[in-house]
Amino acid sequence: MTTRIVELRQGILKKNDELARGLREQFEAAGVLVLNLVSSPGTGKTEFLQRTLGELVNCGSKAAALVGDLETDNDARRLAASGAPVRQINTHGICHLEAEMISKHLEDWNLADLDYLFIENVGNLVCPSSYDLGEKIRVALLSVTEGEDKPLKYPTLYNSADVAVITKIDIADAVGFDRAAALKNINEIRPGVRIFETSAKTGAGMTEWLAYLDQARPAR
Amino acid sequence: MHELSVVSSIVDSVTGTLTAYPGARVKEVRLRVGALASVIEDSLQFCYGIATEGTPLQGSALIVKVLPVMMQCDKCAREVEIASLQSFRCPRCEEPLSEMRQGRELEIDSIEIDEVEEKV
Repeated sequence: MTTRIVELRQGILKKNDELARGLREQFEAAGVLVLNLVSSPGTGKTEFLQRTLGELVNCGSKAAALVGDLETDNDARRLAASGAPVRQINTHGICHLEAEMISKHLEDWNLADLDYLFIENVGNLVCPSSYDLGEKIRVALLSVTEGEDKPLKYPTLYNSADVAVITKIDIADAVGFDRAAALKNINEIRPGVRIFETSAKTGAGMTEWLAYLDQARPAR
Repeated sequence: MHELSVVSSIVDSVTGTLTAYPGARVKEVRLRVGALASVIEDSLQFCYGIATEGTPLQGSALIVKVLPVMMQCDKCAREVEIASLQSFRCPRCEEPLSEMRQGRELEIDSIEIDEVEEKV
């Protein structure tokens, strides 16, 4: 019997990473801007996305969404009210979306017809940070009801964000939200990240957010 | 909570590698895991025992090497290790840091196997 060391030097999530790379190329070729929305459950991802989709549709932009949950198509039905094409992904127990699920659910959508594709991840502040979905922009959301130190508690996720969005600012005063602390904490974890302060209910901050989306979109 | 799927991927990769070494027994599987990879070693170890049962990896040890988060500090013109995961600043000059050089790895580095000698 001889003992041997075999070097593998292999990414454990290699399969997902390769699929995500393929998706990213596909998205870029089609000229569609893809965003991956991540946060804990209850941050208001769906409400924020519903408002975003509605405003984009009103402006004549073509936006679509994939929405991930363990079970039910409740969110897809809510989002469909915006008039945008929406598909639900049920993970049946899996705590995050994977590139394969995205690719499977894009099916017959013609990506070249779209300006924006939003992917609403499963509400979870840990696992989604490990899985690349081929997105261009990862959006980490934080609601005013969650506690200003959330970014410090979950640095793996907030550090991976390209953009941060604070939601529900219409009730910030009522819940004693410490805005300065929240902004400081986000900046400690992801220095220099662009932060949007929004309310899907009142529309606060949406003008800035939509301007950002318009600017981030690939030129046609 | 996705450690079980991570461990299942390890079992698949190692099993694939073993086809080149028929009859070999796996003694150790060595991982390189960045401090920001969002997997927990205890959970990995727990899932490893379950996921390797009945596979050629059964009974092998999982060795996890945790890699610290290294960031590029342009002001100091060098790579620095951050002092904690709660502050992405240079520990020398306090500059906020955004360019990561190490910390999200999730890799199988190597495996140690006992090979069966070929009969002459």
